[in-house]
Amino acid sequence: MEAFGLLLYGFGVLLTWKVLALMLVGLVLGIFVGVLPGLGGPNGVAILLPLTFTMDPTSAIVMLSCIYWGALFGGAITSILFNIPGEAWSVATTFDGYPMAQQGKAAEALTAAFTSSFIGSLVAVLLITFLAPGIASFALRFGPPEFFAVYLLTFCSFVGLGREEKHKTLISMALGLLLAGVGMDTVSAQLRMTFGWSELYRGINFLVAVIGLFGISEILLTMEERLALRGHAASISLRVVLRVWMDLPRYWVTLIRSSVIGCWLGITPGGAIAASFMGYNLAKRFSDDKDSFGKGRIEGVFAPETAAHASGTSALLPMLALGIPGSGTAAILLGGLMVWGLNPGPLLFVEHKDFVWGLIASMYLGNVVGLMLVLTTVPVFASVLRVPFAAIAPMIVVSCAIGAFAIQNAMFDIWLMLGFGVLGYVFKKISIPLAPLTLAMVLGSRAEDNFRLSMIGANGDLRVFWSNGLVGSITTLALVLLFWPAISRAIALVRK
Amino acid sequence: MARSDEEIVVGDPAAPPVESAPVASTRSVELAVYLCLLGLAALLAFDNWRTGIGWESTGPKAGYFPFYLSLILAAASLFGIAKELVVRGRGSEAFVTRDQLGRVLQVLAPTIAFCALTQFLGLYVASFLLIAGFMGYVGRIAWWKSIATAFVFSALMFVTFEIAFDVIMPKGPVEALFGR
Repeated sequence: MEAFGLLLYGFGVLLTWKVLALMLVGLVLGIFVGVLPGLGGPNGVAILLPLTFTMDPTSAIVMLSCIYWGALFGGAITSILFNIPGEAWSVATTFDGYPMAQQGKAAEALTAAFTSSFIGSLVAVLLITFLAPGIASFALRFGPPEFFAVYLLTFCSFVGLGREEKHKTLISMALGLLLAGVGMDTVSAQLRMTFGWSELYRGINFLVAVIGLFGISEILLTMEERLALRGHAASISLRVVLRVWMDLPRYWVTLIRSSVIGCWLGITPGGAIAASFMGYNLAKRFSDDKDSFGKGRIEGVFAPETAAHASGTSALLPMLALGIPGSGTAAILLGGLMVWGLNPGPLLFVEHKDFVWGLIASMYLGNVVGLMLVLTTVPVFASVLRVPFAAIAPMIVVSCAIGAFAIQNAMFDIWLMLGFGVLGYVFKKISIPLAPLTLAMVLGSRAEDNFRLSMIGANGDLRVFWSNGLVGSITTLALVLLFWPAISRAIALVRK
Repeated sequence: MARSDEEIVVGDPAAPPVESAPVASTRSVELAVYLCLLGLAALLAFDNWRTGIGWESTGPKAGYFPFYLSLILAAASLFGIAKELVVRGRGSEAFVTRDQLGRVLQVLAPTIAFCALTQFLGLYVASFLLIAGFMGYVGRIAWWKSIATAFVFSALMFVTFEIAFDVIMPKGPVEALFGR
């Protein structure tokens, strides 16, 4: 019950007027960002990050994570009312959510979506509360070889398990690792890949890249797709909410199944997208009435939303305990940690108790407050969509520029952001995934440092990665995952 | 019961015809990107080789890691090129049509201008000009609305960042006008 005491301590950190106010501001901004076309969780968090630069780390993470919860809630509004998934993981929500809205049951669909997101997140937060401290204290025994092995595992599982074409994932990841290496080498203090260009000496900042890749490129894509919306307005009455909640127990199997899938795929880098589809498909497969899915069945909203949010939230578990982000947004939050002067990794649980438990407590409170907020304010936020895109687009561009500049006070970074924006646009259109690039940029230098430290410790002997049971099994697992497509094909051949 | 029969419809006044000639096929853009990446990989590999890719007493030199990464990048790009060339007959869909390209440039060109203006006039002036100009020209929104929105937004940003959150932005010659 140690976790329980620490959680109470976290609530103690949280319950000041300042932090509570920031939380509310974060949630409102987040829902706003989630509803706006062309912006979603990761972009919203990246663009609003500079607001937190001068805050103390705890207030900063509380506000940022609330922006994230808000964006997740907001994404459901557009999926259901307008059939526009704000994020790839809301796609499955539109399957039954939009038909429900068409049948005049928009309020039920929204309530179902918000409630199931809440349940999914809650399960994931419980998991984080009770599992993360244990994993972190276990990871305290890690040395450089173990850390490198874990990073390797993350990279390899992206390549091996990702659904994109392998060479595209590999390109994205190698490019990210290379970009992370530009500038001063941390081990030998030598400059590399700068070509004598002084602007590159300080390296290419990860957050600048993210703002360009997700913010600017999204504006270009939205503009290209010609934005015309047609959707339903809705307001939620207390009676509808209570009716949906009364019905909830009937769907307990779906809710639990989706939560488990979500948590599993969130911790391993499977991601919320896979989770939402898997949640939906399994709910359909185990249903007695398969044909009613896709025609406005409430279960078809419960299943993907629960899974997506369980996954999105539990992606923070490896970030907190090991310093490895399980999703794009987690990677940006990790970038934030470094800006605020914290060193991500298992030591956080020892050295920055305020921060870690404040964050975990804010996940509980943020989700409860967020749920109340969206249930009561849906009409207000849905009307945000009436604001013409021609007004929103330049405002987003300005916010992106402010964000990019503020990170290092460098004009060069604004140009860099623009370059990454165009790169992101082209990559998205030829389906080179951006998540591996983001992950590689944020983890690149630490992976390299740990590799080189291990090499120094072992006098350049690669066998150090198999020197004990723990590091050996992680490294082996990484290699197995890397070659998983080939291995699974071989197994299939043998079975024949 | 919710009032869900009510609809929100957001049209686009500048919506052009859907039919439009493709400017480039996805396949040719993909090939071009692979070639660029291949060139980049070669350049980086050369630079890292110059930095040193060997091992010294304290482990690998600074260029070791990135050198092999450039090789991986080159190999993956070559694979992509080979795949595009070998797998023929695949429907070559449009990467971007003329109409889409026009719309993308409509937002990209002002963004580039905005970045340049930020460098010389400071962020807030550039922000005002971008928003007012974009709303007026591209969105065809009434000028008084565009200018008012741009002013309010820029002022709001100024108050939020410079005053409330202490995040200092470039302000160019405008700052001197205020005698600071």
